[in-house]
Amino acid sequence: MISPELEPRDTLRGNQPAQEKRRASREWRAFWKSPLARFGVAGLIFLVLFTFVGPLLYHVSAYQPNLLYTLNPPSAKFPLGTDSLGRDYLSRMMIGGQLSLEVGFAAAFMTTVIGVIYGLTAGLIGGALDSLMMRLVDIFIAIPSLFLLLFVDSVFRPNAVLLIIIIAVLSWFGVARLVRSEVLSLKRRDYVEAARALGASNWRIMIQHLLPNVMGVVIVNATFQVADAILTVAALSFLGLGLPPPTPNWGEMLSSSMSYMFQNAWWLIYPPGLAILIVELSVNFIGDALRQAFDPRLRKSA
Amino acid sequence: MLKYIIRRAIQAIPSLLGVTLIGFFLVHIVPGGPAQAMLGPRATPARIAQVNQEFGLNKPLPLQYIQWLGQLLHGNLGTSYFYNETVLHLIAVNMPRTLAIVGLGVLFAHVFSILLGSLQAYYHDTKFDYIMTSLTYFFYSMPIFWLGIMIIMLFSITLNWFPSGGLSNPLTPNPGLGSWIAHTTLPVLTIMLTTVAGWGRYMRTAMSENLIQDYIRTARAKGIKESAVVLKHALRNSVLPLITLLGFALPQLFSGALLVEVIFNYPGMGLLFWDAANQRDYPVILGIVVITGFLTILGNLLADLLYGMVDPRIQYN
Repeated sequence: MISPELEPRDTLRGNQPAQEKRRASREWRAFWKSPLARFGVAGLIFLVLFTFVGPLLYHVSAYQPNLLYTLNPPSAKFPLGTDSLGRDYLSRMMIGGQLSLEVGFAAAFMTTVIGVIYGLTAGLIGGALDSLMMRLVDIFIAIPSLFLLLFVDSVFRPNAVLLIIIIAVLSWFGVARLVRSEVLSLKRRDYVEAARALGASNWRIMIQHLLPNVMGVVIVNATFQVADAILTVAALSFLGLGLPPPTPNWGEMLSSSMSYMFQNAWWLIYPPGLAILIVELSVNFIGDALRQAFDPRLRKSA
Repeated sequence: MLKYIIRRAIQAIPSLLGVTLIGFFLVHIVPGGPAQAMLGPRATPARIAQVNQEFGLNKPLPLQYIQWLGQLLHGNLGTSYFYNETVLHLIAVNMPRTLAIVGLGVLFAHVFSILLGSLQAYYHDTKFDYIMTSLTYFFYSMPIFWLGIMIIMLFSITLNWFPSGGLSNPLTPNPGLGSWIAHTTLPVLTIMLTTVAGWGRYMRTAMSENLIQDYIRTARAKGIKESAVVLKHALRNSVLPLITLLGFALPQLFSGALLVEVIFNYPGMGLLFWDAANQRDYPVILGIVVITGFLTILGNLLADLLYGMVDPRIQYN
């Protein structure tokens, strides 16, 4: 089989749409064949059903305290037990997951968009602007991100939307660096030269020629951004600086359960931790499967 | 070589300045400002103005920045609003503790990930490889704060082998090395496990890529012992990139250490920062951001130089 790099291309028209489509579908097939991908997708579907469809079927309040049943272990009445205020833990797990997942996915999406725009611009324009833009990235990468997040969070005490913005604004640097290095190698390709010779503007080159070709790398990276963002939200909530009460979320539930560690309230500690672990595992599985499918160097030779 | 080192060191200066710039402006553009933070929410405007006057906080920001930078060059990072100590003193006390757990964690992580990754690559697609791959996935995906809790539950509560937190037992006035080891073991173990999971995966890939290279086949064809082929040829080439990886991983390691310190109530820089962020202790926040930024930049510089030293293929031109 000819490797995709060697397939003939119409240099004048750049990537022909039909060819692009065929290549893409082959990659998605390779992705779906991988057991990692199937485990990952199944894990995510399970969690989405649990958090978003679960509350429609399980009608117990996540907020109603009941001081007669505080810190009850799992029983027929409370399948996952109750917390220190006697609130039903299963119900809180369901509601708590919604916010963790929504914020994680939204923040990862926004991070990726900012990073792609920044990286494309720096890489395509090049020169002094590029050096300056990348220097800025280097500096932000040098500061531990959790420290910045913690500080900004402690100042603003954000709601969910603001938290998404803060996470995105403080985490796009890696994406920008990745996209820029891709662009640097892509922009020397013949089809970009050809497009430029035909008088295409920077904007057109960026949208028409570069963006479709960095998408593979970007999609793979975006998956890992989801894992990172969900972990960040959980870590911030764990540190008491995530999302404001009363809406529960997994990180906050884990941190409040720590106070009952010595009373061996295991039913409070395992579920949120396991839930975060399942999200992370699923997303990492999908990311690795995508990388194997989209990175021609990693694809097993046919 | 010396010229290269000097050039790289000079190149790092703008980055160092950048870190100070970002840190400074981040802290000073927050609503309310430092005076509000110092005096609390019920401070009168007159009192705020007085404090601003006293600390020079009413001067234009660029001027404040330059003055602050001048102080920084003299090693003066200001005074904490809450501890009545200089920031430099606080960092000098807490930083070595953080570096101890991060350093030890990374050291053990190196040893284990090299061992694990190489074995997995050599015995690839065996049962051992599958089990270890699953385990590394597991630890790689596990949030470090949950791992810490699990470790406390197992080793402190169930087995009662190690203390669950702190740095010393308040009942023993003069703790020795034994107490230090007891208190640092679990934080180090937590950092090590998450790090091994990431680097082991990396080592496995690097090693399996190297094991199929032509020079390995040549070495084998020459009749060199298998152990020498693996240990001298393949392993050396796979370990080199770990140096760069370590340089890049520093900020992440500090972030991880913060969470570990909060869980184990270990009085390092992360815990100091967490307290400072909760109390809006701006000089401490700024000091820690600047110092960790500096450390990372220096770490990257060192990694670069070290890489050049151990890899003869790198030319200094």
